Amino acid sequence: MESTSIFFTSFKTTDLWFLAEAAYRTLLISGISISLGTALGLIFGWLLHEGRLISTFILSPFLDIFRSVPLIIQLVLAYNFAPIIGLNIDPFGSGAIVLTIYTTALVANVVRGGIDAVGIPMRRAARSLGMTYWQDMIYVVSPIGIRAVFPAWVGVALGVMKDSALVSVLGYVELLRASQILITRTQEPFLILALAGAFYFALSFPIARFSERLEKRWSQ
Amino acid sequence: MIEIRALHKYFDDVHVLRGIDLDVNKGEVLSIIGASGSGKSTLLYCINALEGIDEGRITVDGVEVHAKSTDINKLRQKLGMVFQQWNSFPHLTALENVALSPRIVRKMSRSDARELAARRLEHIGLGDKLNSYPNALSGGQQQRLAIARALAMEPSYMLFDETTSALDPELVGEVLDAMRLLAEEGMTMICVTHEMGFARDVSDRVAYIHDGTIEEIGTPEQIFGNPESERTSRFLANVR
Amino acid sequence: MDYNFHWRPVFRSLPDLLNAGLVTLEVATLSMVFGVIIGIVFAIIRLNMRGPIRWFVISWIELARNTPALFQLFFFGFGLGAFGIHLTPFWIVLAGLTFNNAGYLAENFRGGFLAIPDTQMRAARSLGMNASQAYVRVIIPQVLRTVYHPMTNQMVWAVLMSSLGMLVGFRELSGETQFLASKTFRIFEYFAVAAVIYYVIVKIIIGSSRLLSFRLFRY
Repeated sequence: MESTSIFFTSFKTTDLWFLAEAAYRTLLISGISISLGTALGLIFGWLLHEGRLISTFILSPFLDIFRSVPLIIQLVLAYNFAPIIGLNIDPFGSGAIVLTIYTTALVANVVRGGIDAVGIPMRRAARSLGMTYWQDMIYVVSPIGIRAVFPAWVGVALGVMKDSALVSVLGYVELLRASQILITRTQEPFLILALAGAFYFALSFPIARFSERLEKRWSQ
Repeated sequence: MIEIRALHKYFDDVHVLRGIDLDVNKGEVLSIIGASGSGKSTLLYCINALEGIDEGRITVDGVEVHAKSTDINKLRQKLGMVFQQWNSFPHLTALENVALSPRIVRKMSRSDARELAARRLEHIGLGDKLNSYPNALSGGQQQRLAIARALAMEPSYMLFDETTSALDPELVGEVLDAMRLLAEEGMTMICVTHEMGFARDVSDRVAYIHDGTIEEIGTPEQIFGNPESERTSRFLANVR
Repeated sequence: MDYNFHWRPVFRSLPDLLNAGLVTLEVATLSMVFGVIIGIVFAIIRLNMRGPIRWFVISWIELARNTPALFQLFFFGFGLGAFGIHLTPFWIVLAGLTFNNAGYLAENFRGGFLAIPDTQMRAARSLGMNASQAYVRVIIPQVLRTVYHPMTNQMVWAVLMSSLGMLVGFRELSGETQFLASKTFRIFEYFAVAAVIYYVIVKIIIGSSRLLSFRLFRY
């Protein structure tokens, strides 16, 4: 570690800024990955649902890989693979790409579940009213499907936000990495970890609660 | 003998039982009839302390049911109970359903418990279903299984809570037959029921409960043939 | 592309990697065993109790679910140092994973308990069983069935999460991979093989869980 020779100094107010900036970077990388991943997940989820041979034999197993290999391994692999094919990507870039693909894999499954949740009789009814395939998708399938899986999507999004902490292995200074740096300097692990934990908690807990309440209301 | 004295029971603000006095003698079959919500099932639950009571007392063979010093698990072994929803344990076969509590409550050996369970099930006509899981049994069969399960504890009293009201009509007969058989063998029974035919033919006494009190109690001949209370005759006129 | 892949050193250390895979499986399994036990107890407390014990349980559950697993590991790693407690890497990972599993499983079990009708408890008690007999013999077996699938998922998560051991110096599969990779600088090759091993472990868990469910739930 690079910090062995630094002598310890106590926690200062400027350190709070340092943490806040890092928290912003956590939000930034997770925000980008969640938005892009959700958009891609919608497309792939729809492909999975349509269930042609390609999606069952290629797409589904491919997406499955990202759910069966630890994210940290995916990050290390991507970061080290880029230079092999001659690309020069910084930690933020590789982190965002991996997190986006990871989100896509998770969201695709959620979306497939959402479309499946709309029963065939309902869809036949829509088609029998003369709706086209896309009208059925937009006016019948999406409102029902979104209600069915919105809480699961929130779970995925919050999961990605928390998992973004792993991008620290590539040297990207997000919140957890920043606290680690501060801890080595100040030797005040409890205070700093509590601050970092409080940030994640303050973000995740209310959203999780809100989605839970929404789920309850919708299921009535 | 079961003795109930000045029993009162509230659910929050609702006064469900308003002063019940009742004796049930050994060997007697007592049917309790009344409209839904009159408190008759609650009364049954109070007898084996599945519900607490607020005033009065219940004694079973001289032991006060709701006293703190009473070992309720021991007392409940004397009081078999069969529910409206048969409540078979879905993860156990018919045989295991019946053998479970003899084994863990009465501490019988595994083989003795299984033997007892098999006997009980054969007695009640389920000899060919020993290894079936409840979801493979009809409602009537599950209800008979529940009866066998309660009997395996060799209770002195049996409490029946509307045992047939959740059943499809064509399955009611087999359960009533099983109860009849039990009555003929001399079991002391308290049956909360909507089956007026059963109440009339099998009971020694019938109690009509109205609004948390016993409106009238007497022989089936008296209750069904010549009720004293205006309310009783109105109720009977409506159910028939 | 002028990069030359060197797989030979990786294959030579395959036995080490597979052994580390067993360590991964071991720590994940242990964390599940403890997590299930704590999760069941927590679910029962959350459903039935009031007062400070319940609040402790709820705080644990919500912290486990609303902070990153890596944060939880760091807490057991150097957060506890503030109190003069220093765990070995194995215990850091086991404690962190158990903390996390228990939080998620407690909520799964709570849902499982709520799905069992009250009447099952009444029926068991009416047969003379005391409360703990009724729980152990009647309620929990049924709950285990309803949470079996989420439990399998959590086991997969535990395996994936254990890879964080790499960041606290524990030599499970990822830690071992990093150790070997840093000696040879064949980082990509080593981690690619580790990824395959993880994938196989996950598939084995899902497959055997499915086989086991056929044996366990015949009703």
